[in-house]
Amino acid sequence: MNWAGLYTVLSGVNRHSTSIGRIWLSVIFIFRIMVLVVAAESVWGDEKSAFTCNTQQPGCNSVCYDHFFPISHIRLWALQLILVTTPALLVAMHVAYQQHQEKKLLVLTGHADPKHLEEVKKHKMRISGSLWWTYVFSVVFRLLFEAVFMYIFYMLYPGYQMVRLVKCEAYPCPNTVDCFISRPTEKTIFTVFMLVTSSICIILNMAELVYLVVRACARRGQHNSNPSSRKGSFYGHKLSSEYKQNEINQLLTEQDGSLKDMLRRNPGLHEKGDRCSAC
Amino acid sequence: MDWGTLQAILGGVNKHSTSIGKIWLTVLFIFRIMILVVAAERVWGDEQQDFVCNTLQPGCRNVCYDHFFPISHIRLWALQLIFVSTPALLVAMHVAYRRHEKKRRFRNGEKIDIEELKNEKIHIRGALWWTYTSSIFFRIIFEAVFMYVFYYMYDGYQMPRLVKCNAWPCPNTVDCFVSRPTEKTTFTIFMLAVSGICIMLNLSELCYLVIKVCMKESRKTT
Repeated sequence: MNWAGLYTVLSGVNRHSTSIGRIWLSVIFIFRIMVLVVAAESVWGDEKSAFTCNTQQPGCNSVCYDHFFPISHIRLWALQLILVTTPALLVAMHVAYQQHQEKKLLVLTGHADPKHLEEVKKHKMRISGSLWWTYVFSVVFRLLFEAVFMYIFYMLYPGYQMVRLVKCEAYPCPNTVDCFISRPTEKTIFTVFMLVTSSICIILNMAELVYLVVRACARRGQHNSNPSSRKGSFYGHKLSSEYKQNEINQLLTEQDGSLKDMLRRNPGLHEKGDRCSAC
Repeated sequence: MDWGTLQAILGGVNKHSTSIGKIWLTVLFIFRIMILVVAAERVWGDEQQDFVCNTLQPGCRNVCYDHFFPISHIRLWALQLIFVSTPALLVAMHVAYRRHEKKRRFRNGEKIDIEELKNEKIHIRGALWWTYTSSIFFRIIFEAVFMYVFYYMYDGYQMPRLVKCNAWPCPNTVDCFVSRPTEKTTFTIFMLAVSGICIMLNLSELCYLVIKVCMKESRKTT
């Protein structure tokens, strides 16, 4: 499991995201993960071996390095990127659950042929109902994680700048010794670059949040002015084989927009005797 | 996530580029990214370890290296290649948007064959022409900016053998010796030449697109 594996996992989420979500994903992978892997890791590669202190006291080098760099930038960025990308998996899980429900509905209505089941996998889910809430929560968590990590960086490495020289007096260093950091300018450049891309990602997430809220309000406004269209309700009942018709109706109300689309596309699914309460 | 993944992402864009665009993409991947990965990274691999200064003063070597090489050539090239390849993604996003619109029209009842939709080559017309042209324009800008940054940072494109350093804590002025200067100069000039070729390919692609549109317009008016 490496960055490429994460990319494979998250590419699936891409299909069900908004356009801003897709731009955010591209920025994450190209300007952050890729830059981390191909450039930043080699800059920090020799951070410990080239950390030189003006003393021959054994152990002083290690202790001073540990004192000034409790956790390396590279590891912090890797953690940040993993935590920031994982809320998208909540959305992926919810989409998989909805697809499972759709397949079950197809089986119940007797349309479980491979073509229809394939279509369930391929069509894009509409971000409405409970999926909207999951999506919004994932965006909020992304924002939170980004902000928390930016704050941690600021606390650990004040000013985001890498200094050339640090003065260290931890035991066993005799008195105060000068310790020199390797490639401070290059490290500062990359820290600032990652900081800028992080801020761009925060702005994209906020824009996506605003877009989702505005779209939901607009949709609600349309529903209020057009009372004949039904809104889906949250599905909480357990499925039981004795209440087949009820199950179908309940599944239909939960699926709301996505199933309406599917039924509209495949009029053969909509049999004469079925009550389609969500259409 | 490495150069291979970038190649996979950009390979998709290839289908909707002009012929010059396809040549540009090939030059980018074979003569720049591949050379960077298989050759240049080895040459610069020991740049700090083998940077030797004529002093025993601890810290002097680090400080002098940092003073003369604020950002390594390798990292600058990696950033340049990432920035230069990304405008092509704008085109990919626009093509995906157009396909999505066609699918929506299909869903609303128009008769379009789905298989044909996936494989069809999108013509560079209308709004896509503007997206494509702006992407080429940005590529040229990024290339030029990075070439200037290289020139400005390293006073020309040649790697000196010896640099004289008097930053603190070095006592007085010390001589510091750069590792593999000739090999580094060779690769710098090579990457510069390929960068120049890419700029020329982009300029010719821009001219080609503009001329094609002008000819189409003049055919319409006659």
